[in-house]
Amino acid sequence: MTDLIFLVVKGVLWVVVAVGMVPFIIYFERKFAGFFQSRVGPTYAGPFGALQSFGDMAKLLSKEDLIPDWADKPVFRIAPYILFVPAFVTMALIPFGPMGVSIFGHKVDLVIANFDAGAIMFLALGSIAVYGIVFAGWASNNHWSLLGSLRSGAQMVSYEISMGLALVGLFIMAGSVSFVGIVDAQAGNFWNWNFIPQIVGFAIFFVASIAELNRAPFDLAEAEQELVAGHMTEYTGMRWGIFMFGEYVNMVVVSAVIATLFFGGWRPPFEALEFIPGFIWLVGKVLFFVFMYMWIRWTLPRYRYNQLMDIGWKVFLPLALANLVVTALIVSVV
Amino acid sequence: MSGHGSDLHDAPVAPQHPTLEELTERKARTRQRVAANNETITVSMGPQHPSMHGVYQAVVDLDGEIIVRTRPGIGNLHRGVEKLAENLTYHQVIPLTDRLDYVSSFAMNHGYCEAVEKLMGVEVPVRARYIRTIAHELIRLSNHILWLGVHIMDFGAQTFFLICFRDREYILDLFEMACGARLTHSYARIGGVSKDLPDGWVGKCRAVADFLPKRLAEYERLITVNRIFLKRARNVGIFTAEDCNQWRITGPALRAAGVARDLRKDEPYAAYDEVDFEVAVEYDADVYARFLVRIKEMYESCKIIRQCLDNLPDGPFLAADAAHVLPLKKNVMRDSAAMVQDFVHVFRGPQVPKGEVYRSIEVPKGEMGVYIVSDGGPKPQRLRLSTPSFYHGQAIPAMFEGEMLSDSVGIFGSVDIVLGDCDR
Repeated sequence: MTDLIFLVVKGVLWVVVAVGMVPFIIYFERKFAGFFQSRVGPTYAGPFGALQSFGDMAKLLSKEDLIPDWADKPVFRIAPYILFVPAFVTMALIPFGPMGVSIFGHKVDLVIANFDAGAIMFLALGSIAVYGIVFAGWASNNHWSLLGSLRSGAQMVSYEISMGLALVGLFIMAGSVSFVGIVDAQAGNFWNWNFIPQIVGFAIFFVASIAELNRAPFDLAEAEQELVAGHMTEYTGMRWGIFMFGEYVNMVVVSAVIATLFFGGWRPPFEALEFIPGFIWLVGKVLFFVFMYMWIRWTLPRYRYNQLMDIGWKVFLPLALANLVVTALIVSVV
Repeated sequence: MSGHGSDLHDAPVAPQHPTLEELTERKARTRQRVAANNETITVSMGPQHPSMHGVYQAVVDLDGEIIVRTRPGIGNLHRGVEKLAENLTYHQVIPLTDRLDYVSSFAMNHGYCEAVEKLMGVEVPVRARYIRTIAHELIRLSNHILWLGVHIMDFGAQTFFLICFRDREYILDLFEMACGARLTHSYARIGGVSKDLPDGWVGKCRAVADFLPKRLAEYERLITVNRIFLKRARNVGIFTAEDCNQWRITGPALRAAGVARDLRKDEPYAAYDEVDFEVAVEYDADVYARFLVRIKEMYESCKIIRQCLDNLPDGPFLAADAAHVLPLKKNVMRDSAAMVQDFVHVFRGPQVPKGEVYRSIEVPKGEMGVYIVSDGGPKPQRLRLSTPSFYHGQAIPAMFEGEMLSDSVGIFGSVDIVLGDCDR
């Protein structure tokens, strides 16, 4: 019974933290964009404009929810949630502290689901999220949306493979595919973290994750300058808001996954700093990667979609395979 | 078109640069062919589309992402400037020309005034010619900076747009000081310019001309060697010198195809024959070459401005020609001759000989021609404007054919079209 209560408390807390972070991440994105572009960004809503996202949300909620006559209505309605839900499910897999901590005399694992195939699960859920975009584009019955969703599908096929293969070397090193096991394998100071031996895998995974998140320079599905708004062209109000919200939640989750896989998860960079709770380290690392995504988005132009696939198939896939072979050789010899 | 017959095949082409045959072959290689009976989808880019500049409409048939054919749609911004001009005196037409290419409105004023002066035989004072040259180069800088920001944003880099806008402000501030307006200047007058340069303007202008090359170098560090931009812009939208000749493409897009044609050099006007500058030429005829030509032109513009400021002569800024030129406003209430002159010009108009005239100048977007038929009255019997955006807009289907949808926005941006200029 107590296990169940702790599970519910953990689940609710984690979701509240992630959902609570998103409005501020959107706010920070707009502030950083302003900073990069010699503007000030939002200033009016709340102190320093910090409540801007809540204002936006109120606006989106009060807007009319238009569904075009020619749309495939059930699919059109469900598409945003297909993008939105897998992100939250992935969050359950990410450990935010050590296992078996005693709280009020109970042993509690600071992870919602200590799943043995956690990393595989993450990849699988990432593939499901793409269906949200594909369905949205197809159900809208609009040429821009269709082009956006086709691009997204092609992009997913080319990047999921490199993304998965980039992780295999890491799985071999850690001897585990569960997030908890991978974090445990990185115990100690920061030079034990995976990003040093697996720098190639990290680079591939990071770039592929930008494509996975549909952010510039790989935001081909949306591609404002080419496809108006891609798969979101026909969406209005909160349904559109859920797409955007889902993308930002995805960004938090993928950042958390990168932190967990390559940067020691909740572990501090030095063992001496363990008195600071792991949760804070994890959130700090997540924010760092979120900032990296923003920085890249507001700096670079966009790739053309066939160039993106060239990189995926001709550069990343061979590199990921080479990385896998080299890692396997070293691990089996040493 | 005046003087458009320079033989493109004899244009100076250094041996390391691609020849016309090589370029034509490269163009055929980069354009993708699709089977004629493939099913296509039709999408309408514009008039409401994020990257169609202004209200241009391109209805494109797509096979996958490849553009099979394009039907251009223009005229959404038609205001009938040419017809309106028939009911206005020669002085009153000047504000209309602002609204042609509103991104480089001074250049439009200038082109019109040059034509009218040729018709009337007005001698423009030296100082006015220098001021016009400076203002024209400033507006060229402003136009190219705005173009650069929008062009790079078409490729998806959003920050660069605002960086360019920030630097364009310095130039708009100079115009505000000189003539009071930031966008629609109406600065040129028949026989000179509307006002003399205010105190301190020369120093500020020199500071901007010294400062902008540094910013241009910064742009180049950001863009010219950016791998993504290179991948997107090289060998994309090749339009050879021959194509340019057929479609009457002028300005930077023509110079990017290896033709060193620049009316500032070939048929000098204002003070261009008294300053030293080079015509920017590139040879690859693709989107990247057009980008490089405009960057080079901006450096040359700064050079021209500096030279003009150094040699800026004293003297009147408006010709003393009572039959054709408006008097100075401050004299109208004090000097009876000026009062009569003002009265005649405002209520009747200037005295114009019978005849017709064509004058073309190099505006930032290409060659702008003005053709005036005069029946001897104070209003033009017929005013015909030949503006570069119109010709560039009609070449868009030929440029798009066989390219990818993603590249179409870049190609469209690279020829630099303003719809006010196109639709008139």
